[in-house]
Amino acid sequence: MRSIEQNLDKFRQAGIRPVAISVDSPDVNRGMLEQAGYTFTFLSDPNTDAIRRYDLVHAGQGIDGHDVSRPAEFLIDSSGTVRWANLTENYWVRARPEQVLEAAKALQ
Amino acid sequence: MKALRFNWQIWAGFLLSFAASLSYPLIFVNWPVTRDFPWVTLILYVIAAVLLLVGVRRAFAPGRSRKAKIAASILATLSVVIIGLFLFSILIMARWLPASHGAPQVGQKAPDFSLADTNGQSVSLSQLLSSPINGPQKSSTPKGVLLVFYRGYW
Repeated sequence: MRSIEQNLDKFRQAGIRPVAISVDSPDVNRGMLEQAGYTFTFLSDPNTDAIRRYDLVHAGQGIDGHDVSRPAEFLIDSSGTVRWANLTENYWVRARPEQVLEAAKALQ
Repeated sequence: MKALRFNWQIWAGFLLSFAASLSYPLIFVNWPVTRDFPWVTLILYVIAAVLLLVGVRRAFAPGRSRKAKIAASILATLSVVIIGLFLFSILIMARWLPASHGAPQVGQKAPDFSLADTNGQSVSLSQLLSSPINGPQKSSTPKGVLLVFYRGYW
């Protein structure tokens, strides 16, 4: 998240809108945005609707055995087609902004 | 001579094991270079291990009290447990992620969704793809949307 925020200008120049999705409520997200200074879009999926549709449910991994999302990144073009995806196998290893920006070059 | 008797190596080793473990989630996850593989933490562990080894040898040297031996043993054991737990969680538990065979693949249509933003307003994927990005100079329709799914605080 931090690396996205730091590269937000580059994403804008590339025409890419970053959007973060988790099970956190809008209130929790708002608090985090204020605290961390993030300025891009954060969406709430408390009932794992979208998370389930993308097959990313990590069952019972949250506090109180809540379902959460596993980490994953998708680059979607203006026609709604997935053009690049990263399903990490290690929780700590995420997509780097350079990888996304490289993949974004192929987008019309 | 009394000051020299203080077994600082064992304490330094113990504190370093502890600090090194905390340094990863608190500091080194912030940069991909130190996050993707926790090499800084591992180097700190090696230093901690050397200190612990020297400390234990000192504690078990002739003329040392039983108290010193017990204290050194406890600290060394705790350090090993801390290091073991950290390595287990970072190197093994971090890979316990579901396979996600049903995730949309490259070339496939991304499933649409409608979710609340931080103001409680419902936002759909098609809206995200069509509404303009507010840039510093001009606003324009995005070429694409990067969806970043993450665990959250739950």
